[in-house]
Amino acid sequence: MTTSPQTPLLQVRNLCKHFPIMSKGFARRPIGAVKAVDDVNFDLMRGETLGLVGESGSGKTTCARTILRALSPTSGQALFHVDGQTVDLAQISEKDLKPLRQKMQMVFQDPFSSLNPRMTVGDIVGEPLLIHKLARGKELQDRVDEMLLKVGLRPEHRQRYPHAFSGGQRQRIGIARALIMKPALVVADEAVSALDVSVQAQVINLLADLQDEFNLTYLFVAHDLSVVRHICDRVAVMYAGKIVELADSEELFENPRHPYSQALLSAVPSIDPDIKMNFDIGGEVADAGKLPPGCPFHPRCPHRFEPCDKVVPWLEVVEASNTSAACHLYIPPEKIEAAALAQGSK
Amino acid sequence: MTNDTVLHIEDLKTYFYTEQGEIPAVDGVTVSLERGKVLALVGESGCGKSVTSYSILRLIRPPGKIVGGKILFTPKDGAAPIDIAALNEKSDQLYSVRGGHISMIFQEPMTALSPVHTINNQISEAILLHQDVTPRQAREMAIEMLRKVGIPGAERRIDQYPHEMSGGMRQRVVIAMALVCNPEILIADEPTTALDVTIQGQILKLIKDLVAERGTSVVFITHDLGVVAQIADDVAVMYLGRVVEKSDVRGVLKTPLHPYTMSLLQSLPGLGHRGQRLPAIRGSVPSLTDIPPGCPFHPRCPHAVRGRCDVGDRPALRTFSNGGQAACVRVEEIHPHVHEVGHSNDPRVAPVAA
Repeated sequence: MTTSPQTPLLQVRNLCKHFPIMSKGFARRPIGAVKAVDDVNFDLMRGETLGLVGESGSGKTTCARTILRALSPTSGQALFHVDGQTVDLAQISEKDLKPLRQKMQMVFQDPFSSLNPRMTVGDIVGEPLLIHKLARGKELQDRVDEMLLKVGLRPEHRQRYPHAFSGGQRQRIGIARALIMKPALVVADEAVSALDVSVQAQVINLLADLQDEFNLTYLFVAHDLSVVRHICDRVAVMYAGKIVELADSEELFENPRHPYSQALLSAVPSIDPDIKMNFDIGGEVADAGKLPPGCPFHPRCPHRFEPCDKVVPWLEVVEASNTSAACHLYIPPEKIEAAALAQGSK
Repeated sequence: MTNDTVLHIEDLKTYFYTEQGEIPAVDGVTVSLERGKVLALVGESGCGKSVTSYSILRLIRPPGKIVGGKILFTPKDGAAPIDIAALNEKSDQLYSVRGGHISMIFQEPMTALSPVHTINNQISEAILLHQDVTPRQAREMAIEMLRKVGIPGAERRIDQYPHEMSGGMRQRVVIAMALVCNPEILIADEPTTALDVTIQGQILKLIKDLVAERGTSVVFITHDLGVVAQIADDVAVMYLGRVVEKSDVRGVLKTPLHPYTMSLLQSLPGLGHRGQRLPAIRGSVPSLTDIPPGCPFHPRCPHAVRGRCDVGDRPALRTFSNGGQAACVRVEEIHPHVHEVGHSNDPRVAPVAA
């Protein structure tokens, strides 16, 4: 969890994932699109933890899955720098992708549905090695045992089935399955959300220890902001398919710039009864299928002004900071004017 | 129990009888809800908070059964307290209590609503069951209630189906349905857990406002200590079927007495130990079929002492000088500034037995 400037492991450029909305009836044709991920840009540095946060429907999970090519992107690039070469995950063929999948693994939210109940723990954790033909027989067993120990389980657990384990232990199994491939990138999609508070802390500690030991890079998708604050170096806040703010973790929580980030943080209930949360953020999360014109947050935004319902804002570095925000408050007026002309002429 | 206690649960025991044997999901819970107040039941999965709330409305189905204790409900009109636990399953009295005097909202608004009936059908059903009005009047009342819970365009929304609404709107409908008969007690079982944080704020505010406006008393079940801090007046922390700590909200969250509450608060991320290891609670919640002897928290407790904490019966709730109650034999040793002032059967409870 150090924030030394390093080389990027992953560079995401203009990534889009649009799902077509089809017309009803016999001749079904696209009449619109749900812009689940829309023009997303960020760099993920080696060894860092980047949080991807947002409410449901913000596109954070779709974004993570599109990067891993669990979904094929509509357009854009995801440049993955691994083993001395650079590949564009968005373009590469399925055949060439398969060996690369070893290098990028995922930990899922629900430890109950992400493990096959008919497989033993040994089979679950060892299966990636079999699929990629990396080990078998005794060697496979040894590597499974080693991995189980690393995540705080015991080798004799290999024979048991997932139902014999608690939620926290199952999440450890899911982590072991992801890490046995010695991945460079681990996408944790709400990896601790389903766990009880007392167990959640254990798994957060485990993820941190493993990151140090294997020099892992995490893309941490979550909605729980206090967890994100604890483990992420940097955070990207998503709203309606776009990143609206990208900042160092401490900076975001101390000094959020985008009005949506401000609203989101103020709505987190404090455990101090004397610190009142903001109960009153009006409106509802924007529907990615029919976005309002201009900034998608403008109907709920207390700071909206003249360009907000006309010009779509883009990520712009906020003056004298490491933070980027997609909000007209931080974009010089002349740039907004230029963009208004360009977006209007489209 | 004071004069203004609207619900007093005394030594409630709800067991489940399964192939693994008898499961004491709720094993001797005593809590009181004051009129117009919000009582939070907090705990991790398996602690019995939901089973307690289902027991209040007698919604426990076989293999579960209320095997002991009292659930005393004192209506506003000054009538004698009703022991809900003793009512006949099919009695009119139970039906009038359930949905009329006490109603409930659930975690997942989609499963609490029927997908094949309009909002009007569903809200009017509750009104027609409990009040002597015509369907037309019931519809008017339903629209009025939808307006109160902040649904824009209530006249139009009332003829829609649940799938036409967002999660936050559906939860508002569920709350409207629960409150339309003006219940004295609202039981809210994790009502905001499935919602986004900005929508959670709106729903919490709605519940707070309704409580203030109508004097409704609320039993609020949650695992989220932040939500507790923002909405509760009194808090009962549960672990493995029993209350281990009870106090007002500041007492529990700012000066907790029981090691479980203390550890739980310390293990929350985001409080000034960024980048460091979280002080996690070791182990996991034991199974209800295999409850440790003595204090059931002792295998995970940083303050446990061999020979005292791991033997004998579960420790009883004791009342301490700071006003809090905790079920731990070592409270005075861990917190030298407090001392015991009485047992859990404190004078507040005495009038019930009489």
